[in-house]
Amino acid sequence: MAKKILIADDEQNIVISLEFLMKREGYEVSVANDGDEAARRIRAEKPDLVLLDVMMPKKSGFEVCQEVKSNPELQSVRILMLTAKGRDTEVAKGLALGADAYMTKPFSTKELVERVRSMLAER
Amino acid sequence: MTARARFILAVCILALLMTGPFVVTVGLVWLEAGEADRARLIDVVVPHLPLGALMTIMGFTAGMAVVRNLFRHYVRGLLRMDEHLKLMHGANREFRVKPEGPPEVQALAHAVNVLAQQRDELLQDVEAQIAQAKHSVEEEKNRLAALMSELTQSVVVCNLDGRILLYNHRARQQFRALSDTPAVAGGGELIGLGRSIYAVFERNLVNHALESIQHRLRRSAAQPVANFVTTTRAGQLLRAQMAPVLSVAQGEGDERAITGFILMLDNITRTFETESKRDQMLHTLTEGNRAALANVRAAAEMLEYPDLQEELRERFRTVIRDEVRGMSTRLDETANEFADSLKARWPLEEMLGADLIAAAQRRIENVVKLPTKLEEVDEALWVKVDSFSLLQALTYLASRLSDEFEVREVRFRLTPAAGRLVHLDLIWSGQAMSTETVMSWELEAMRFADEVSPLTVRDVIERHDGEMWLEREKVRHRAFFRILLPAAVPQEQLDEATILRGESRPEYYDFDLFNWSDRSRALDDRLLSELTYTVFDTETTGLNPSQGDEIIQIGATRIVNGKLLRQESFEQLVDPCRHLPPESVQIHGITQGMLKNQPTIEAVLPAFHAFTEDTVLIAHNAAFDMRFLQLKEEATGIRFDQPVLDTLLLSVVIHPNQESHRLEAIAERLNLPILGRHTALGDAIVTAEVFLKMIPLLAAMGIRTLRQAREAAEKSYYARVKY
Repeated sequence: MAKKILIADDEQNIVISLEFLMKREGYEVSVANDGDEAARRIRAEKPDLVLLDVMMPKKSGFEVCQEVKSNPELQSVRILMLTAKGRDTEVAKGLALGADAYMTKPFSTKELVERVRSMLAER
Repeated sequence: MTARARFILAVCILALLMTGPFVVTVGLVWLEAGEADRARLIDVVVPHLPLGALMTIMGFTAGMAVVRNLFRHYVRGLLRMDEHLKLMHGANREFRVKPEGPPEVQALAHAVNVLAQQRDELLQDVEAQIAQAKHSVEEEKNRLAALMSELTQSVVVCNLDGRILLYNHRARQQFRALSDTPAVAGGGELIGLGRSIYAVFERNLVNHALESIQHRLRRSAAQPVANFVTTTRAGQLLRAQMAPVLSVAQGEGDERAITGFILMLDNITRTFETESKRDQMLHTLTEGNRAALANVRAAAEMLEYPDLQEELRERFRTVIRDEVRGMSTRLDETANEFADSLKARWPLEEMLGADLIAAAQRRIENVVKLPTKLEEVDEALWVKVDSFSLLQALTYLASRLSDEFEVREVRFRLTPAAGRLVHLDLIWSGQAMSTETVMSWELEAMRFADEVSPLTVRDVIERHDGEMWLEREKVRHRAFFRILLPAAVPQEQLDEATILRGESRPEYYDFDLFNWSDRSRALDDRLLSELTYTVFDTETTGLNPSQGDEIIQIGATRIVNGKLLRQESFEQLVDPCRHLPPESVQIHGITQGMLKNQPTIEAVLPAFHAFTEDTVLIAHNAAFDMRFLQLKEEATGIRFDQPVLDTLLLSVVIHPNQESHRLEAIAERLNLPILGRHTALGDAIVTAEVFLKMIPLLAAMGIRTLRQAREAAEKSYYARVKY
């Protein structure tokens, strides 16, 4: 059965690429355009992995991440945070809040795919 | 026994000695003789008795003359000498005993004079040494004050109570920027000898810094200094470095106590703004582009997949186009917005354009021996330059013009240009020259008669992030180099008025304040000579505040530690918001026109109140001025509740029998010259001088403390009221 991936990002210009990329890898892809929607969809769809942007309207990626990790039912959801901020402090915060991996924009799509693959294979 | 009594006694004894033996002998003979012998004795003696008596009287007279003479010379003479000696020893040191009388007395007088001479020499020697020591201390103080006043960093020295003992001109300027009401009080309410630094800095902040210095001292740190950055009430950012003032160690190993502290202040508001702007720009350029770059990169990488459908491919291309366009716009915006911060990083100083030109003129005239003239110099322009290298460049260009084209004179022009830039033109007239020739100078290392610079003119121009080109005025057969330089925001100019006001070096320091302590005594029991005073005067529209007369000028000066601080003064015209009676103009010389655009009393009183903080108020006929201030209490909410002294009443205390106690009359009595009467500040200064002269006069009457002065003045007030 195909793995489910949720792309949570408010920027359409990156969503197009990520969606294409993930579908091409054979994953089942759904998209959330803000923090609220992301949290809702994670609860409802229980995806295997979330590509979670930090800067989103309504709810930040950090909040969503914290919510997911504190919910025992969602233990199996992996989170790969994507951020447009290069500060070390932010990376540390994301990891502390339970993100499984962290990538700083701009990133290489090849690396992203490999990362996603390895994160899903860990289980 | 007085000398006279002793003289009379001596005479009596002489008389007894001369007559006594004869009378006794006669008595004895008389007693031993028989009846017949006695009769014969009478017959023999009596006829000779007158002769005997005469001879005795003559002998007595001669004896008395001798005694008198001895007395006059040895007793009276010595008594006189004693008086002279007392004079010599007390009132008149120069006096010498005149040697007179018998040789013994003369010898004594000589000996005394020699001793006196010796004493005088010793005294003179001691006095000379004291004077010399004082002089050298004074000289050192002056040298320090001179050094301080020339420093471009602002320095404030305080004692442990936070009272200011010393500050320099720079500090004064800086405090002006910190004042809530810079236009009115000019920072004078914040900085002044004896004022508290805690008006500017929080007490806890200073205490904390002092504590950390103490810690460092105990650990024998190499540099027992503390740094802190703080914001002031007016929102300025100050960086302060604090260093301790230590007492002289009494013995080996003694801990040296902190007796005060030195603050070196930097107003970093502007630097900080520039730096945070630079940071912001960096941030926009890096972080701001991450997201967009990610979008572009991802889209571009997607395009590499060969199995991409045409529709999707077009969408990725659109993404790339949009994002790249967005990034270009952002880049342009950032570059525009932060243009100033992007300027060359060479440290440039800000200076008045006219000063730069004047320096260039001097240098060219001295080095190249070429006459210079000014064409048009905008006096208000400030430039940001590395003046040394720029002057070198100008001189170099002038020397090439003079050497190679026999130019006889160069002229300068300084005009504003668009975009916060300045045109500096070096103009000459003469034979035509090719642009290439002239502009090639720009690329050669600058050479002068005795110096070679590693820089070229181009380097110098680049250092300023400027440009240079050649322009021609064909009609006038002239050409000029135009140099484009960055303009600076005008700085506050040195206030000439404050410099010219005092004829001597301003009294910016008073180390006697080191020994001050706030908590030692209540104000009332403090000595008049050690209090801090604000001496003030007002000019008004008339004499009846209750009938609508208003203050039109307040002038005030300060007395700290018995010294009049002329340059710590307060002088402000006030718009009375009413018509000015023409007859009052004759008194104070202030016209309606002068009061236009001046602040109203509501704006001036808070600043004046701050200026008078922690001081005793003094005015001549204080009741009058205080009445005006009190009538404003309700409207402004400002109360002047300090103790008040009145020089008029004090004058009555000192000279109760004089008719006039007008300020002029008192000043004349106390031998004070009167200058600038009937300006508020002029009168305040005279009043202050009068008060300073009164302090010793009052002390002679036993009036030493503030309480005693107030009580005496009150008494004299009631005495006057009675009449």
